[in-house]
Amino acid sequence: MNRTLNKRLPDDLLRPLFHTSVWFYALVAALGSVVLAGLSAYAYQVYNGIGVTGDNWPVFWGFHETNFVFWIGISHAGTLISAILRLVNATWRRPVTRCAEAITVFALMIGALFPIVHLGRPWLFFWLVPYPSAREIWPNFRSPLVWDFFAINTYLTGSLLFLLLPMIPDFALVRDRATGWRHRIYGALALGWQGTTKQWHRLESAMQIMAIAIIPVAVSVHTIVSFDFSMATVPMWHSTIFGPYFVAGAIFSGIAALIIAMALLRRFLHLEEYLHPVHFQNLGKLLLLMSLLWVYFVFAERLTVWYGNEPSEMAVFWATQRGAYAPLFWTMVICNFVIPFPILALRRLRTIPGTVVASLTVLVGMWLERFLIIVPSLAHKQIPYTWGSYSPRPVEIVMAVAAFAAMGLLYVLFAKFVPIVSIWELKVGDHPRPALTPVEKDEAAGLWRTQP
Amino acid sequence: MAHRWGMAVDLDRCTGCEACVTACHAENNIPTVGAGQAGRGRAMHWIRVERYYEGDFPDVRVKFRPVLCQQCDAAPCEAVCPTYAAHQNDEGLNAQVYNRCIGTRYCANACMYNVRFFNFFNPEWEKPLNLQLNPDVSIRAVGVMEKCTFCVQRIKAAKVQVKAEHRDLRDGELQPACAQACPTTALVFGDLNDPESRVARLARSPRGTKLLEDLGAEPKITYLQKQPWYESDAQ
Repeated sequence: MNRTLNKRLPDDLLRPLFHTSVWFYALVAALGSVVLAGLSAYAYQVYNGIGVTGDNWPVFWGFHETNFVFWIGISHAGTLISAILRLVNATWRRPVTRCAEAITVFALMIGALFPIVHLGRPWLFFWLVPYPSAREIWPNFRSPLVWDFFAINTYLTGSLLFLLLPMIPDFALVRDRATGWRHRIYGALALGWQGTTKQWHRLESAMQIMAIAIIPVAVSVHTIVSFDFSMATVPMWHSTIFGPYFVAGAIFSGIAALIIAMALLRRFLHLEEYLHPVHFQNLGKLLLLMSLLWVYFVFAERLTVWYGNEPSEMAVFWATQRGAYAPLFWTMVICNFVIPFPILALRRLRTIPGTVVASLTVLVGMWLERFLIIVPSLAHKQIPYTWGSYSPRPVEIVMAVAAFAAMGLLYVLFAKFVPIVSIWELKVGDHPRPALTPVEKDEAAGLWRTQP
Repeated sequence: MAHRWGMAVDLDRCTGCEACVTACHAENNIPTVGAGQAGRGRAMHWIRVERYYEGDFPDVRVKFRPVLCQQCDAAPCEAVCPTYAAHQNDEGLNAQVYNRCIGTRYCANACMYNVRFFNFFNPEWEKPLNLQLNPDVSIRAVGVMEKCTFCVQRIKAAKVQVKAEHRDLRDGELQPACAQACPTTALVFGDLNDPESRVARLARSPRGTKLLEDLGAEPKITYLQKQPWYESDAQ
């Protein structure tokens, strides 16, 4: 254990909470204005109707639903990294967990907005809530959209708890170091944490329970999102592979988002001593695994459809393989496999910049994947007379961009007001020099040795 | 006995005149969206006449197929609606309750016949077209899905009429606007629960098929067409 670093820990990690740079305001202003543009676009859509989007007959779903599936997918970063790595007691996870859990919560908040955003009459969205009303009617529990509603709410509640619970000791730490209004606010957030043995024990038990409970919830959420499509007899939607396919894709894009967030935090909050190349190495390996899994799923899905040769499915198949959507399809394959695979497979390239580049292409590829699942199928349903096409309108594009800005904004604010690396967990564990950190000189020599 | 409304569409009789489409628009207050919006796929036709071409020029044969809501018994649109806006009523109609619709458009995606239409904007009727609106049919606002109702307003009115006259509904007495407008009587509407009704007899015809029958939605519209295999069997 590096004692000097351990002493410096709170100072390093609490610095953003107590010192604000001009860059913070600039970033908040920039991201905030994009979010405002998105909100105005939405107001415009509500005022005029869904007609201002590119949705049409027969492609009734487009960008909004793509964003929905994409962002719910991103939210799977936190669960995998945090819950699974907690359960297997992987010590290198400690500086990573909170970044990941925060992504989960914010991505869910953004993703969960889109089913409301895409409604023709969004002001009536609460009709999905089963409550005794004068209408004397319950939501239709046969509808996958109602399953969605419950799954996403459960996941949001669970991941919020999962994020907040381990923040309590850190809030207490801030409380003890702060004065004035900060002392009062963080004191309230710390929920009377005194650091007694009993409190620690309860926190550990609660985290253990949450880590176990959140995994099936996360898997179920994206499975149910996939059910929105696979339950309908639409060509290439109606597939049993969709549940695991969506979950794998979700974890894939989630890890990519996490790597990008970590690289940005490392750079701008100067966390070089906490987020090591080994973290990017390990996450890069996970990303590689998910990339291979993704290719396997796409191959299995495509081969089955092609071999089955069912006419309505083949229309969608060829539209994506060599028709109007082929450029997007092959871009997706390049972004999700051709570029990231060598970067992540070769140790020499699996560096911080390398994993970031791979993650960026994966995010592009996974967004395209969601789009390519939704739109070409709707454009090529069973009756050829009803075939159509889709192109996005400015309103949708602005809102899609604003969703990314909203993620950035929420994350910047979070990193400003909450220690983004869990201080107590670093102290508890033998960190910040994880067992697997390659020794610097070995790395320079191109060797892969671990510290004894 | 409860009614079970159905229709038979005789493709051998259909000339593709689209009188049914016009009649439907007039009867059901279906807005016209203009050329620009229609080009973007926002046109609404509860019944449409699909055209298919066989052969190469100049030996081209055009085939017409009027397609409207198939009023499926196992309707995929109904199961997916989160608010029961799409639901099956006790006469076998796929009813659409506009006031319950929140506009998820899931029903339209689930429908393999693409016979559901969304109000992308608030409907407008240029003067004096607003004066020809049918007072028996509600106007649908922006954000709501709509579809063929088998002219449910006529069904309701006919039932009130026969009740007042203490008699049963006669076959052929009640017709939706499309069937009424069809010059070749290609569209036949009636009660499938009455085995002697014209539509029930046509539904049993060996010329009959259902549209996309293999998908299992159990549509209540029968398409009649000369079947080559049947002709050769008869010989």
